Amino acid sequence: MTLRIGIDVGGTNTDAVLMDGLSVVEKIKTPTTADVMSGITTALRHVLDTSGTPTGAVAAVMIGTTHFTNAVVERRRLEPTAAVRLGLPATAALPPMVDWPKDLAATLGRHTYLCHGGHEFDGRTISPFDADEVKRVARDIADKGITAVAVSSVFSPVNREMEEEAAALLVQEIPGCLVTRSSDIGRIGLLERENATILNASLRALAADTVAAFRRAIAELGITAPLYLTQNDGTLMSAEFAELYPVLTFASGPTNSMRGAAFLSGLKDAMVVDVGGTTSDVGALTHGFPREASVAVDIGGVRTNFRMPDVYSFGLGGGSLVATEPLRIGPRSVGFRITEQALVFGGDTLTTTDVAVAAGVADIGDSSRVSHLDRALVDAAMARIQEMSETAVDRMKTSAGPVPVIVVGGGSILIAKPIAGASEMVKPNHFEAANAVGAAIAQISGEVDRVYSLANTSRDAAVDDAKGEAASKAVEAGADPASVEIVDVEDVPLAYLPGNATRIRVKAVGDLSLSR
Amino acid sequence: MRQITGEQLDDIALGAAVLGTGGGGDPYIGKLMAKQAIERNGPVSLVDPSELEDDALVIPSAMMGAPTVMLEKMPRGTEIVRAFEAIQAYLGKRATATMSIEAGGLNSTTPFVVAAELGIPLVDADGMGRAFPEIQMVTPTLAGIAATPMAIADEKGNSAILNTIDNRWTETFARTVTIDMGCSAMIALFAMSGKQVKQATVHGTITKIELIGRTIREAQGKNDPIEAVRAATGGFVVWRGKVSDIERRTETGFARGEAQIAGLGEHEGQTLRISFQNEFLIARTEDETLVSTPDLITILDAETGEPITTESLRYGFRVAVLAMPCDPRWRTPEGLKLVGPGYFGYGGDFVPVEQRFGSGAPAHVLDGPGENA
Repeated sequence: MTLRIGIDVGGTNTDAVLMDGLSVVEKIKTPTTADVMSGITTALRHVLDTSGTPTGAVAAVMIGTTHFTNAVVERRRLEPTAAVRLGLPATAALPPMVDWPKDLAATLGRHTYLCHGGHEFDGRTISPFDADEVKRVARDIADKGITAVAVSSVFSPVNREMEEEAAALLVQEIPGCLVTRSSDIGRIGLLERENATILNASLRALAADTVAAFRRAIAELGITAPLYLTQNDGTLMSAEFAELYPVLTFASGPTNSMRGAAFLSGLKDAMVVDVGGTTSDVGALTHGFPREASVAVDIGGVRTNFRMPDVYSFGLGGGSLVATEPLRIGPRSVGFRITEQALVFGGDTLTTTDVAVAAGVADIGDSSRVSHLDRALVDAAMARIQEMSETAVDRMKTSAGPVPVIVVGGGSILIAKPIAGASEMVKPNHFEAANAVGAAIAQISGEVDRVYSLANTSRDAAVDDAKGEAASKAVEAGADPASVEIVDVEDVPLAYLPGNATRIRVKAVGDLSLSR
Repeated sequence: MRQITGEQLDDIALGAAVLGTGGGGDPYIGKLMAKQAIERNGPVSLVDPSELEDDALVIPSAMMGAPTVMLEKMPRGTEIVRAFEAIQAYLGKRATATMSIEAGGLNSTTPFVVAAELGIPLVDADGMGRAFPEIQMVTPTLAGIAATPMAIADEKGNSAILNTIDNRWTETFARTVTIDMGCSAMIALFAMSGKQVKQATVHGTITKIELIGRTIREAQGKNDPIEAVRAATGGFVVWRGKVSDIERRTETGFARGEAQIAGLGEHEGQTLRISFQNEFLIARTEDETLVSTPDLITILDAETGEPITTESLRYGFRVAVLAMPCDPRWRTPEGLKLVGPGYFGYGGDFVPVEQRFGSGAPAHVLDGPGENA
């Protein structure tokens, strides 16, 4: 019962792999369809039929998708959303959505409300919760016909009671209301956490539709195994959880391909180059996980404090346009139209794939269509492609010495020679399906991020408390208890505070329990 | 005099974090508040100390507390103006201008809120030329200027006026009140005459940090942003490497700790240890001290040239360590007693950074008031 299917639903392609334990049994790449569902059904049917696998043998289906990120970036299918913050009289200087791009704020409607409530760092209240005030806000939101609501409260990661009270009232007063609470979403840092909460609230309706389409796709094939979606840190969440927290899928794409690269190559510490159709991503793997970005991460222009892989993207892909005189590669690309427009497919656009075929490093399409290309041009273009990749790898390296480089993705045929500064270059089996493999091997995590007052407890006791809670969060989410380990502990003393207030962050990760 | 608009605040906040030497808080909240205030009230006039009348009244304003708390419990917006007005009422005089008391992420931008809301100018100066953790650690203390009367205000409407026998006591009392106020409070203190500002503060700070910030922004994607920042600050790149360990602990209410930076390039095989108490204070190798307080130590992202605060410093970062000479007044016996390595519990004598790395000629980060200071 170790068969599982990993699916990556990208903007261009839907990839699927069937894995048995640690080996890839079958794989396929098909175009993503407008309804999402039929593309997934096609991919699923292919991997099951080709391998002769009965649907009942599938233990789990894992889907990674950029659907929700794209919705925010493209400002489409987002609900009008109300943002309710508890914290008055504090925080009034910077109301919700204060630093948002104007077009995105307008899409959601800037329905922002400030109410009394919130906590101090040490758990005291800033001001009492005012139920009548929240009810008045709720009626106003209901009058506007808005049902997507985000609730935030000052220091809710320390004490979430007021957010819960407010959410209960909002649900009671607003028909059809879907509330997202900030304490369920993120870390300390009110604006960033609130931003993510608002984005999540605006995505809930789309999430319900999309997850329903995923469910229909697997139900159509008679698969009854549980459905999971992958999060930005390379771990899984249940489909039910993903419906509630679509924002947690942001950046899961690069994470999946890096985790897949680690798995396929057997390397835990390496650089990964994922060459797609339009862009390439470079990131660093440490202990088998992507290194996280240190700075606040913008999603569609909105500042958030998610755990995101530290990825450098540059404009090189299999469909990148090659301009001559002067030689220039990308950033424009023919994208998914490569099968019509590239020279080797009978088109009239010179792409990087054509150059690779002419150079003899790839065998795609009709090579006679590129035999006329000037050899000097082909060599110069290949050299430029190599140089672009090497510069990007060097940029993301964290040590001066040579490190292994793993090359994955459909466009990785472009990289023909070893990358300078690489101790070895690995292009693993199934390299083109690394992202779907990453989804199939994703793990379950639990995380705690909280300010502890060490006045009446020791630091060790506080860290142990956080570790225990993170581990039980992971198990609750479906991890095999025996496999759970603490992968990250970080404590930051809060400057100037008495009683040794310390912010402690702990992450626990375990393998998905497939026996239930 | 020149006008500062909201757009310039991005550069100012970024540059301030360079002189903030790892402390002084994340500039984001302060910058947003200042931008909002300027959006409502129009640009802020920045005046050079030389433009002040000798009998002008200048009252610096600042945020006190834990920057981490402010990221969560953001200000109401009125408290900084209330603290400022409380001092005016106490003195029975209206201020001519306000000023930054330190060059750091947060406190370089917060006085812009007061200036914009009250329609008064901001003096192009500060009280440190960098960031330090305690109230008394300012050049006006060296000149015998009292921190009090000082006003402190919270978002709830509470305020207090402190009068103390010296500036160490101001720090002690204000710290206690700040904690009761939820670890973030707004303060107005060190009321000075125009003449005192000319003599006892570090001049040109806002202009300097704006230049540094602009340099970093314009250097993005260029060959060597670190060299560009170095040139703009008149400092020295004393180390390049990768953060190989970071250890933090809480002692006496401060974030203390040590970062180890494994050398790359010419420092391959060696490790630099940088100790911090909110700010980076001393950088040592196995054999010697490279830089120590009161000279400035800033850690820059090797890729972007952007400054990294002590809180966000993490394992694996590739960094360059930039050292800059401090204001010469910090190098006097009185200055070293207030903020030298000994005060912070580090042994050894202070050696000016340019003596170790430069040609020996003092290259001041900021222009001081001259020999009669």
